[in-house]
Amino acid sequence: MDNSMDVGYSADDKELKFVGKRTNRPDGVDKVTGRARFGADARLPGMLYGKILRSPHAHARIISIDTSKAEALSGVKAVVTRDDFEDRDSEFVPAGEMMVNYRDMVRNIMAREKVLYDGHAVAAVAATSVTIAKQALKLIDVQYEVLPHVIDVVEAMAPGAPLLHDDLFTDGVEPKPTKPSNVAKRLEFNMGDIASGFAEADEILEKTFDTKPVHQGYIEPHSCLASFSENGSAELWCSTQGQYLVRAHCSKLVGMEISKLRVTPSEIGGGFGGKTVVFIEPIALALSKKTYRPIKITMTRDEVFRSSGPTSGGNVRVKVGITKDGKIMACEAELKYQAGAFQGSSVQPGCMCAFAPYDVANVNVIGWDVLSNRPKVAAYRAPGAPISEYAVECVIDELAERIGMDPVDFRLKNAAKEGTQTAYGPKFGPVGFVEVLEATKALDHYKIPLGPNQGRGIGSGFWFNIGGETCVNLNVNEDGTLTLITGSPDIGGSRASMCNMAAEELGIDVGLINPIIADTSVLGFNFLSAGSRTTFACGLATIEAARNAIENMRKRVAQLWDIPLDAVVWEDGAARPASSNAGEFEPMTLPEIAKIAPKTGGPIAGHAEINAQGAGPGFGTHMVDVEVDKETGHVKVLRYTVIQDAGKAIHPSFVEGQYQGGAVQCIGWALNEEYVYGEDGRLQNSGFLDYRIPLASDLPMIDTKIVEVPNPNHPYGVRGVGETPIIPGLAAMSNAISNALGLRMSELPMSPPKVLKAIKEASV
Amino acid sequence: MAKQHVTTTVNNDEFEFLCEPKASMLDVLRDELNLTGSKEGCATGDCGACSVVMDGRLVCSCLVLGVEMEGKSIETIEGMADGEKLHPLQQQFLDHAALQCGICTPGVLVAAKALLEKNPDPTETEVRYWLAGNLCRCTGYDKIIRAVMDAAKEMRAA
Ligand code: FES
Ligand code: FES
Repeated sequence: MDNSMDVGYSADDKELKFVGKRTNRPDGVDKVTGRARFGADARLPGMLYGKILRSPHAHARIISIDTSKAEALSGVKAVVTRDDFEDRDSEFVPAGEMMVNYRDMVRNIMAREKVLYDGHAVAAVAATSVTIAKQALKLIDVQYEVLPHVIDVVEAMAPGAPLLHDDLFTDGVEPKPTKPSNVAKRLEFNMGDIASGFAEADEILEKTFDTKPVHQGYIEPHSCLASFSENGSAELWCSTQGQYLVRAHCSKLVGMEISKLRVTPSEIGGGFGGKTVVFIEPIALALSKKTYRPIKITMTRDEVFRSSGPTSGGNVRVKVGITKDGKIMACEAELKYQAGAFQGSSVQPGCMCAFAPYDVANVNVIGWDVLSNRPKVAAYRAPGAPISEYAVECVIDELAERIGMDPVDFRLKNAAKEGTQTAYGPKFGPVGFVEVLEATKALDHYKIPLGPNQGRGIGSGFWFNIGGETCVNLNVNEDGTLTLITGSPDIGGSRASMCNMAAEELGIDVGLINPIIADTSVLGFNFLSAGSRTTFACGLATIEAARNAIENMRKRVAQLWDIPLDAVVWEDGAARPASSNAGEFEPMTLPEIAKIAPKTGGPIAGHAEINAQGAGPGFGTHMVDVEVDKETGHVKVLRYTVIQDAGKAIHPSFVEGQYQGGAVQCIGWALNEEYVYGEDGRLQNSGFLDYRIPLASDLPMIDTKIVEVPNPNHPYGVRGVGETPIIPGLAAMSNAISNALGLRMSELPMSPPKVLKAIKEASV
Repeated sequence: MAKQHVTTTVNNDEFEFLCEPKASMLDVLRDELNLTGSKEGCATGDCGACSVVMDGRLVCSCLVLGVEMEGKSIETIEGMADGEKLHPLQQQFLDHAALQCGICTPGVLVAAKALLEKNPDPTETEVRYWLAGNLCRCTGYDKIIRAVMDAAKEMRAA
């Protein structure tokens, strides 16, 4: 970030015209009329259809693949297998801000020596119709040697468990293991002296919790359209959270220079972290490279569940010690996270977030990254954090109950604040957890009396929020309108937020700004729309680009008036003399400056290329009331309130939308959603009928309370809001059900059979 | 099997095409007629993203065969606005920010319109149950339900 930027003026410094207002969303009309083009909505002349053959086995060695019959089928134009992708070295190399092992990635997009999960891609065909492509898949003969598999994380860690990779040795343990295992990594975070912390505690609670892998459940399946030219360049259209990362991965996997691949992001029908990686894109490119015809691949819903990246399930042991007046003295946790078939679960952020909401002197957290025969996991909103914080927040709640303390007061007493030292590294700057908890206590919701079989649950959550590499261009057009070009796909209204900030800076009507999401050839590198970075980082770059454009316009006017640059100020969308000393000049408005631009030096634009630093951590609390039907085990959500610090809500409607959507994803994760595997290691619920996400009829309204404790590192105080709302709800739901039943559950999902079982076990 | 000749009406326009016997109405709308406003979220009748109205009945177009369009009148999202004037539901969805990613929106709007034509004064519960066949993963439904209720109110007053 350019540190010369004047950050830190808070929202109260002046009347804000657009920031904080519910402005029209620029892409709105196209999305309510069916005009907006999503991943599967593109086509090209001469286009072929790609389909992928997938493994029916959880774990098997590939002995041979015979594609000759498929290739001979009329209408089939190309077939690709492992032989069409060059192997890569096993090393973690940077791709944007991420470290990526391309040896693993090339194996995940197309199986090589072995298939490692049900749904693993084995071959792909391109044909003149989907029907022919499907027929061709049946003609591919793959010989497998089926191997024993392992699905569960604890079983995968056990000695003698079936091994996924015989060259994987656990990293982070001393001495270095001599035998391979499914455990990719051990990591540990320490602060203070954990033993003496527990020695000072009056109450200690230790429990183990289980969560199942869940899917992000975006309604739009992955889809892409690739077109390779005979000149060695290619175009790729796809639904993604980051076109620049798609370009980085695909150019590497297909073997081409970055500048030769132009990736255009479609409108994106949900991602939640699941569209931060590539699956079908390199395959479509490889098929197009063989045929020089455009190739379209769209996943079926079954493929989305089986073969994209759900999030980890976890096994989490938590131990917390407190004094009898409610001070947390020591916190310990051990996290075992499923990575799927290749290393790289979100256990690290899981470890870092686990106890971050609390000001505790003594902390020890150990994390394990564990492989099993499941699809490689991807991010799902606040990757890793919901799993660990669920376990911690259940233990916190039970401890508060044990000492007879109100659960909000208990959290208030221990809440992290400015200056709190975290176990994972930094000391917090200004954070809003206390304000969130105080707002929670003040809610009417907190005072509503509950009936029989009803319970209220509280849970809190923390996410870092992130910044990262960002480029923005702002073109001042001849007629005085502006085109705002950003490189961050807009998943939930971010274009509107960018326009609000640009209009505020420029002092012009927000409707004069037309935002465009650029393809990779237009701007320099932009990191993903993920990690709650877009409104913060892309917002910072937008503000800087607007300020740059303003400076350029002031220069033109200073030159015209023949006075020094600092004698020209920008106010309310016009250049004006700074004072009467500067001379008597009529203000020049933005359209006037734009109109004469050719005479003052040519086109005018503003731009920013930054690596945004200084993201402000986000804290939230969820409060939920449930009613449990003791006959059926069904849980009904009666009331739900999300309270979260946004720093500053640039567009309050979309902030509320993030809170509400996150809360409902929590409800689904807590009550219904899970990957169900059979004995054979195959996924049994790969459709929305059996993998049940929440429906409108399951839910009440979701109330929201936006707390605003500004982030000093952003001109308007933005923190980022997308991740935190998926954290607090798992524990809030669990605590609510526990309070309704007078027993404690320690497993997700709390589906009717599990609730019934818990009731039965408690009654014997 | 040979393709079949189909004549149908979509959003008041007549169309003739040759239909693969296995193709769904959704495939025909999207691939044959280039009406990509109807979306495929599942192709198994579980998500409602493909919702259209066929002779006055709300259906999942992924569960209807293309050949069944013969002689029928179909309404899709593309026919909802009247020139540049948005339908009250469309406008209320924008005013309420009832969409985030927007992939579910066409199906939700078509379904909500079908509801209000049957029942101009639905309760919140009736709206929630009518829309239970339309999955939205982004919004938590809150703003969708409010937008439908407000559109109903606006349409009753008109
Ligand atoms: S695509 Fe028709 S219901 Fe999902
Ligand atoms: S707005 Fe994204 S699925 Fe509904």
